[in-house]
Amino acid sequence: MNDPKDLPMEALNEGGDEQNFSLQRRKLLTYALSSPVLTIVAGFGVNLAIPATASATPIALSPPDTVDYYDVGDSLVQFSAPTMPLVKLSVGTDGKVTLEMPRLEQGQGIATALAMMIAEEMDVPLSDVIVHSADAQPDLMYNQLTGGSSSVRCFDPVLPVMAASARARLVAYAAQQWLLSPSDLRVEAGVVIAPDGRSATYGSLTIGAATLPLPSAQPKDPSQYKIIGAFTRRLDARDIVTGRKKFTLDQPVANAMPTMWRMPSQIRGTVVSVNNTATVKAMPGVIDVIVVPPGGNIVPRQVGVAVMAETFGQAWDAARALDITWGDGSNAGQTNASIFAALRAANPPLLAPPLGALTIDGEFTFAPATHCPMEVECAIVDVRADSAEIWAGLQTPIVALQATAADLGLPESAVTAHVIPSGGAFGRRLFWDPVQVAAYVSKATGRICKLMYHRSDDIRQTRLRPPQVHNVRATILLGSVVSYEQHIAAVRLDARHGYGEKGTATTGAFPEGMPQAFGNMNYEQFFFKTMVSSPYNYGTSTKLLTPVTLDWNTVSYRSVHIQPARTVEEIITDEIAQAMHIDPVAFRLQYLRLPRARAVLEQVATAGQWGKAMPAGFAQGVGVHMESRAFTACIVELDATDPAHCKVTRATIAIDVGKPINPSGIEQQCHGGLAEAIALVLNAGLHIQNGEAIEASYHHYHWPRMKDFPKNVQVIIMPNVGDPIAGMGEPGMSAPSGAIANAYARATGIKPRNFPLNAQDPITDAPPPGQLPPPGTLA
Amino acid sequence: MSKYSFTLNGAAVTVDAPGDMALLWVLRDKLGLTGPKYGCGINVCKACTCLLNGKAITACSTKISAVAGKKVTTIEGLANGDTLHPVQQAWLDLDVPQCGFCQCGQIMAAVDLLARTHNKPTDADIDAIENVCRCATYGRIRNAIKLAATKMP
Repeated sequence: MNDPKDLPMEALNEGGDEQNFSLQRRKLLTYALSSPVLTIVAGFGVNLAIPATASATPIALSPPDTVDYYDVGDSLVQFSAPTMPLVKLSVGTDGKVTLEMPRLEQGQGIATALAMMIAEEMDVPLSDVIVHSADAQPDLMYNQLTGGSSSVRCFDPVLPVMAASARARLVAYAAQQWLLSPSDLRVEAGVVIAPDGRSATYGSLTIGAATLPLPSAQPKDPSQYKIIGAFTRRLDARDIVTGRKKFTLDQPVANAMPTMWRMPSQIRGTVVSVNNTATVKAMPGVIDVIVVPPGGNIVPRQVGVAVMAETFGQAWDAARALDITWGDGSNAGQTNASIFAALRAANPPLLAPPLGALTIDGEFTFAPATHCPMEVECAIVDVRADSAEIWAGLQTPIVALQATAADLGLPESAVTAHVIPSGGAFGRRLFWDPVQVAAYVSKATGRICKLMYHRSDDIRQTRLRPPQVHNVRATILLGSVVSYEQHIAAVRLDARHGYGEKGTATTGAFPEGMPQAFGNMNYEQFFFKTMVSSPYNYGTSTKLLTPVTLDWNTVSYRSVHIQPARTVEEIITDEIAQAMHIDPVAFRLQYLRLPRARAVLEQVATAGQWGKAMPAGFAQGVGVHMESRAFTACIVELDATDPAHCKVTRATIAIDVGKPINPSGIEQQCHGGLAEAIALVLNAGLHIQNGEAIEASYHHYHWPRMKDFPKNVQVIIMPNVGDPIAGMGEPGMSAPSGAIANAYARATGIKPRNFPLNAQDPITDAPPPGQLPPPGTLA
Repeated sequence: MSKYSFTLNGAAVTVDAPGDMALLWVLRDKLGLTGPKYGCGINVCKACTCLLNGKAITACSTKISAVAGKKVTTIEGLANGDTLHPVQQAWLDLDVPQCGFCQCGQIMAAVDLLARTHNKPTDADIDAIENVCRCATYGRIRNAIKLAATKMP
């Protein structure tokens, strides 16, 4: 802690003049880890594939695939490691322990999980631990990206060591004062206690402890855990239920002016002219009307026409009143059907099967999907002559800051980016699109821009999960599956965020301006190969991704390639089992490569009463999955009495995350994964018409509501038996997805092929492209 | 612009606003209450649910002129000092929220449901709640409503 800017804000505020500064800087014990790299590799490589050992039938064993050895989470753990010493954990004189977390809390519960690690190792009550997102900190390099289900994985090898070392330092200082040995002392609830009854709070020890050299301390043995592994309420739960939690648009930034905007009538469309600027500028409360032109570094800025006003109500009215002539976008005339045709044509042909083989083939389509987080795209940006300040929910704040600095022609050191907890993200906030726009408007108006997208544009005009076509062939020879081939053509995934800073982002964007840059292609293939695997021994097993250069706005999505790829494989697995006249669960137990996958399947088969009698029109379905070092299985019950409107009525899920931190959060992520599966398999898909989605809100895009979520959901968390910690944000989607699709097939006799499966009501009340709906109840 | 007076969380307030301005923007932009959230603006997602004379409404789709002289309760006015409303407490006991963005609306919808059903909500009553939760806290919301129903005075 050599630089004043490294001090936590409260210390600076207390500090006052220069003279006091050296005292103030020692007021807090701020802990930086010396060398996490040595510990970071512990556990890596432990989780290697163990091929099935005993089997009654001869099975063509698949060699372990890339993901068994190295997955995208490992890459994020490794990329994060070198700058972990810059992450700040401090103990205040009030005894509060504060972590400046270089990640975005978006509901996934990482702040609570990290706080539990700290409370566990430091023996402080959870209520004394504060975790907030750090501002963008460019010196963290690759260590400020939230994604890939990697956050808890990145911190599990590091944070307990930091916390244990901080505790050791506080205890050592107390021991020094009392002329005792540290081993004589114990800690209870943030109080160091001597055998003779003397005691001192962490808060009273922190200044002195900061003068001691770094001790080396070992984290606790898991057998001593009291907090880790126990059901723990979210840190911010009380703020949420009382309405006090502040999201981006709730930030008390004085004079931040409400701004809404209109976006083109097609994705990547253009503004040709605004035909009534003067009229709209004269409307009540309107401050300015700004045309946002193309531009932007790393990724292109979205274009449109913004209206700044005194209130959002007036900004919305004025935005609706704008008369704008729009120009076509890059996908004029495109529809779902034309996109699928382009993708189908791009998929290379499947291999011809050997003579005498039985083949199971299928072609699958996945409609584009929208992240539709409850909090729409938004940002507050204050651009001054020589500085800028940003408030937004950012999964990649460093590159957002760097790109904004470049857009504004400011040095990076003149830009501050505050990372605000977001109302969901699901991958959407890997890019900083609203920041680009708000920065432009702030600079153009000389005011602080508080930009909010309308929900309709949030769905139609922002980034999508890429639509996909899968072609699959499984080959059975002499009673055994000998090969499995899956070719996936998808609209290219924009990965130009790189690892969250400009070096890797610029590589991803190279050559500049290309919609499918070579760099982006490399990232996309890397992410695919390190995320998507197969849990089965299917002999020669391949999944090949062909990104197709259609100029859509895309971005990662929870399990972006994995959920479709693995859903398809689970469907084909059921079809193979049926062709071989073997029960789907028995078949999986025979063909699963890894014992932990078999264990979760056995759990759900029992708890979910696999094979029980079902009424006519109902069926059970099963799915198994492995992702991010987690193993999951799911059995659902589906009501398909109306095959066009199926409904999941029960779900039994087992999950093995190696080392469970917060069972409450794990169960919540499984619920979220189940809802994603219900959405993407049954109900929710976008309809592209003339280069833009029709859907304008949740009444068109059928994200599940209360009535769609089964009343009977059981989540079984496998105990900690010493396996490496797994990711949790994404692994919960694919097993339920497979289970629902397979239940649909068993209940209806229809092969699930085109997703979403349920009939989609025609949309008749959508506002015309390029327009916003009127406020209030839809007619 | 006209002046509109109403009771907000037990206190009398008067605002100067166009009569057709949505209550949501009066609350957020003029009165600084940020518990009710914008999610759609067209009475679809229900994230802005508040109580008007004790009944659930969506503030995005209620004009300020329709509020004059009435009682508005937002999430900020639900607790009694530090004592949470039984619905809020049930939300804490079962650790319902994930991101939290929709939860103010969810809680207000639940308060309204308990009032309408005299604290005996059926599963069908709960199914009829249309508030969207993108994180999918629905399972815990259902259980929390049932728990709160047993704790209502």
